[in-house]
Amino acid sequence: MADTKQFDLKQIFKIRGILQVFKKDFKTYFVSPIAYIVISIFLIIIGYLFFSTFFLKNQASMRDFFTMLPLFFCFLIPAITMQLFSEEINIGSYEILLTMPVSFIDIIIGKFLASLAFTVITILPSIVYAVTIGFLGKLDMGPTIGGYIGAIFMASAFCSIGLFASSLTRSQIVAFIIGVAICFLLWLINQIVYFIPQPFTNVVQYLGVDYHFKNISRGIIDTRDIIYFLTINFIAMYATKLVMEEKK
Amino acid sequence: MISIQDLTKYYGSNCAVDHINMEISKGEIVGLLGPNGAGKTTTLRILTCYMKPTSGDITVKDYNIHENPIEIKNMIGYLPESAPLYHQMMTYDYLQLVGDIRNIPPDEREKRIEELADLCGIREIMHKNINELSKGYKQRVGLAHAMMSDPEILVLDEPTSGLDPNQIIEVREIIKEIGKTKTILFSTHILSEAEATCNRIVIINQGKIVADKPTEILLQTANVDYSLSMTLMNADFPSISSKIRGIEGVSDIKEVKNENNSLSLQIFCNTHKDIREDIYKTIKSTDSILLEFTRESASLENVFRKLTKEN
Repeated sequence: MADTKQFDLKQIFKIRGILQVFKKDFKTYFVSPIAYIVISIFLIIIGYLFFSTFFLKNQASMRDFFTMLPLFFCFLIPAITMQLFSEEINIGSYEILLTMPVSFIDIIIGKFLASLAFTVITILPSIVYAVTIGFLGKLDMGPTIGGYIGAIFMASAFCSIGLFASSLTRSQIVAFIIGVAICFLLWLINQIVYFIPQPFTNVVQYLGVDYHFKNISRGIIDTRDIIYFLTINFIAMYATKLVMEEKK
Repeated sequence: MISIQDLTKYYGSNCAVDHINMEISKGEIVGLLGPNGAGKTTTLRILTCYMKPTSGDITVKDYNIHENPIEIKNMIGYLPESAPLYHQMMTYDYLQLVGDIRNIPPDEREKRIEELADLCGIREIMHKNINELSKGYKQRVGLAHAMMSDPEILVLDEPTSGLDPNQIIEVREIIKEIGKTKTILFSTHILSEAEATCNRIVIINQGKIVADKPTEILLQTANVDYSLSMTLMNADFPSISSKIRGIEGVSDIKEVKNENNSLSLQIFCNTHKDIREDIYKTIKSTDSILLEFTRESASLENVFRKLTKEN
């Protein structure tokens, strides 16, 4: 009995730590105007690109939007995550963070969730597009909902990659470039798959992020795709933990 | 309460802390002294679980830095060097955040911030952004941050650096006040500060402890080595110096200045006894006229210089 109680307390404690780091980092996004600028620019550009061809095709579908999304995320998410560790290391508050009663895991997951939540907020207004299209014609709900679910999975994978990039350096610009490079590479894999010799196609295709995102955004939620995204999450966060330990 | 055993830390091949052993009991105010790069900050960082030692161990109460870092972090309030706080936040929000992370319930948190506002003198800057604050105020907010959860142990890394003389005295008063009930470990390279606030002084040089004594005892050792300075008229150095050298307790004598018929000397003594009387009598027996005669205040500085330069 005593054992289970202790276990429970520890669990609660952990969640508390994550929650506090999350709250701090999430709030930090909104103290400077950069957050609002990022959100606006993202919506303006993707909205323009989407609707510039939308009426020509004359199809009530969000497909084009979700086709563009992975490439946008390659640049958007590293910009969101670049400050998470880099800035703290740079101004030295990293020392304050680490000497507070929170563990590495709390810090990593807290920061990850903060960036993921911010990304979700960034793409949330695009639901207005879906609603608008719904008024114009008959919108197929399956791929749309699937698209958003896929977007969240992809965002979480990219956020953890960005977090890892941020833990490597005290310069936000360097963190951004490393983040973009990794995310872009994962996206690029599916664009070059035609050049890969036949026997390896499947394996290489499986490594690309676009392939899995497309699967989900078709409205088919397959465990293989979910496992792929979760694996990226795990690897990137584990690597972040190793980097943090190495810094000690 | 705190026990440091064989603590060693290497940065690459550079040894920052070299087999340090130290025990700190409850209620002590310990000053960690040393020149720049002596390993003070590294020791404090390991104690606060920011870094891992290369080898060795620290236990705080029954907890160990390798196995129970969270428990130790909970017990320690830490002010890092030059107070690197979250600069985009307002002071009040920042203290709220610290209280939140340190598990203080909201209503108690409010009360605690009120107390600290007065104690650290930060009431008027509560609604200012931290990056707009002067260094002194930042330091005070850092101090409030460290004391937020009313921790049993306070670890302060150069708490008075960047403060003006009035603030330094205030911070010292705060440290003394808290030290009545808490254990405090702080680093500094201002010797008078350690002398004024600590009941124990540990001097570190090149990663090793070179002295670890209660303040009064260390000051007594300081009194063994002192120097006198003297200005004479109508005197020549060789004859005077040979006479003074004859006095017991004089270890060396140095000519400082010799112009316009006045000779300045520095006499180094190595004794518990005050030998000024003997020197005066010696001078009296010559034709020289004594213009000035002072004892240079014996201080920790002498000990410090001696201990840290020897190695």
